[in-house]
Amino acid sequence: MREITYRQALNEALAEELERDPDVFLMGEEVAEYQGAYKVSAGLLQLFGPKRIIDTPISENGFAGLGIGAAMVGLRPIIEFMTFSFSLVAFDQVVNNAPNMFMMSGGQFNIPITFRGPNGPAHQLGATHSHATENFYASVPGLKVCTPATPRDAKGLLKTAIRDDNPVLVLEAELLYSSKGMVEPPDEELLIPLGKAEVKREGSDVTVVCYAQTVPIALKVAAQLEEEDISAEVVDLRSIKPLDERAIFDSISKTHRVVIVEQDHPYCGVGAEICYRIQKDIFDELDAPILRVSQEDVPMPYNEQLEHHVLPNAEKLFAAVKKVCYA
Amino acid sequence: MQPVEQRDEVEMLSLMLLIRRFEERASQQYQAQKIGGFCHLYIGQEAVVVGAIAAVRPDDYIITAYRDHGHALARGTTANACMAELFGKETGCSRGLGGSMHFFDKRHHMYGGHAIVAAHVPLGVGLAFAIKYRSEDRVTLCFFGDGAINQGSFHEALNLAALYKLPIIFICENNLFAMGTSVTRSTSLKQIVDRAEGYDIPGEIVDGMNFREVRDKIAEVADSIRKESHPAFLEVRTYRYRGHSMSDPASYRTKEELEKYRLDDPIIRLRAQLTREGKLTNEQFDQLDRQAKQTVLDAVKFAEESPQLPVEKLYDYVYFNGAKL
Ligand SMILES: Cc1ncc(C[n+]2csc(CCOP(=O)(O)OP(=O)(O)O)c2C)c(N)n1
Ligand SMILES: [Mg+2]
Repeated sequence: MREITYRQALNEALAEELERDPDVFLMGEEVAEYQGAYKVSAGLLQLFGPKRIIDTPISENGFAGLGIGAAMVGLRPIIEFMTFSFSLVAFDQVVNNAPNMFMMSGGQFNIPITFRGPNGPAHQLGATHSHATENFYASVPGLKVCTPATPRDAKGLLKTAIRDDNPVLVLEAELLYSSKGMVEPPDEELLIPLGKAEVKREGSDVTVVCYAQTVPIALKVAAQLEEEDISAEVVDLRSIKPLDERAIFDSISKTHRVVIVEQDHPYCGVGAEICYRIQKDIFDELDAPILRVSQEDVPMPYNEQLEHHVLPNAEKLFAAVKKVCYA
Repeated sequence: MQPVEQRDEVEMLSLMLLIRRFEERASQQYQAQKIGGFCHLYIGQEAVVVGAIAAVRPDDYIITAYRDHGHALARGTTANACMAELFGKETGCSRGLGGSMHFFDKRHHMYGGHAIVAAHVPLGVGLAFAIKYRSEDRVTLCFFGDGAINQGSFHEALNLAALYKLPIIFICENNLFAMGTSVTRSTSLKQIVDRAEGYDIPGEIVDGMNFREVRDKIAEVADSIRKESHPAFLEVRTYRYRGHSMSDPASYRTKEELEKYRLDDPIIRLRAQLTREGKLTNEQFDQLDRQAKQTVLDAVKFAEESPQLPVEKLYDYVYFNGAKL
């Protein structure tokens, strides 16, 4: 194992899959000559050339559709959205074409495409540039959605996504690109299956379910809680769809209390779905009502303090955990 | 039809200076972390928006993309309100809720500040639709970058404007780059203006470093639109001196290219024209510049001292009736 950044991990995943399969190509705004708006594709143009690392005009709907068309005849496109806020310009392609094709064509056309890029609020980018899209996309049958929080998960999930024969969204996080973590050496194949959560920290009193940018928050809060003699188990979903119900249920069966900390909005958010499943299947395991920590139900304000107030943050999570523990 | 008041050229020069000094100060305050998020400076392009507003009336509509500080200032939004917005303060033109990319000023008919590339072009068409719907004597100026012309919404908007003969001037501020992508790498046409032809919209190329050329061309087009409603398209050639945003080192272009454009600076150019014609002395110019710098310094102080919107008021801005649903 060695320590690399989340950005490097994604870059390695792209390079390895481009190397392995000539049908894989990467397309998006500024991915080639500029080396990526967030430098995730740095060096790839030099390694694989302009045929496979392709700069586009600002035409998200166009190049997302191009990718789907190319996938219908067997190529395996990786489409980068500079951020998932801009994927909304391509919503029709991602939601109406990619996931429907297989059903509509009676199983003739599967769409092996990866849509990737940073998702979720970063820092003071305002309402148009701060969308957390995981709950929109996870609600669409035919799409798969994953949300890596660590370099290792980023690499392993992206590689799996590229090899998947269905449309997969890899929702990265701008605020995590420079974070570091241990990852297997490059000569060791690292594939992490979709739909497999990971316990990022073991605990016995309360389960904290998290993903993407809320994982570091959960780990930080778990460390703080230790000082109050509360042992929190941190379950990183890693994939939103498919969802690893088993891992969530197993943890709750041990702790009997749960807080879900999510990056999206509360109304119809990811946590709402998880709550439903918990109460349906393991109602008797619960010793307290489930709590959710999410963004506030408002468009994102620019002002820094207001933004902090809107975001799921450590203070809110800390308070929620204490509440479910009646502490 | 009401006449368009001739704007004094010295006043317009001082407006360009105000924008220049504002942006320099914004850059400095960004580095000092008083300003957050993305921040795109307008330095080099001042003659475009100042030329445009000099050619229309204060109640004509304007709408633009995220490189919007100059547009608000040119329209009459105070430097105080602009700087306070960058600082995220309640006294900002969008109450500190929008930030650099989302300047709005209803009173001055500035309809934003829009950060999704080309998403505001249909909105501009909507403003123009309302003008025609109400049979008003107004035009809409819709500004956007060269990067916007390859979005679907841009194309749909042009067709709609042409189809319904709406009173709108599409103003493409062609600064040759969309982030690191030059126009030659983004667009199949040799000239952006040829986009207009495909929609049967009259189009022309304008030198965006020349205040007078921009003003006169837009005045002529606006006059024609006021007589009989129709859309028009101007490709205004300009250059941004700084990187795309504060975080872009702009290593995709050469020093020589930048120097070439700096020699053609719109402020130096208008100053030279006015000086040659005996309308401006060096002392007067220096005085205008000192004033601009002072206005901007005062704006920083105003922004520093302004309050932020209290958290409890945040929910007043989700739904118009202030309801929390
Ligand atoms: C739909 C969408 N895609 C991508 C972006 C990211 N982005 C912001 S500005 C920009 C370049 C736009 O260039 P241009 O239109 O020429 O305007 P300029 O910056 O030169 O003023 C890009 C790609 C965005 N804001 N919206
Ligand atoms: Mg441009």
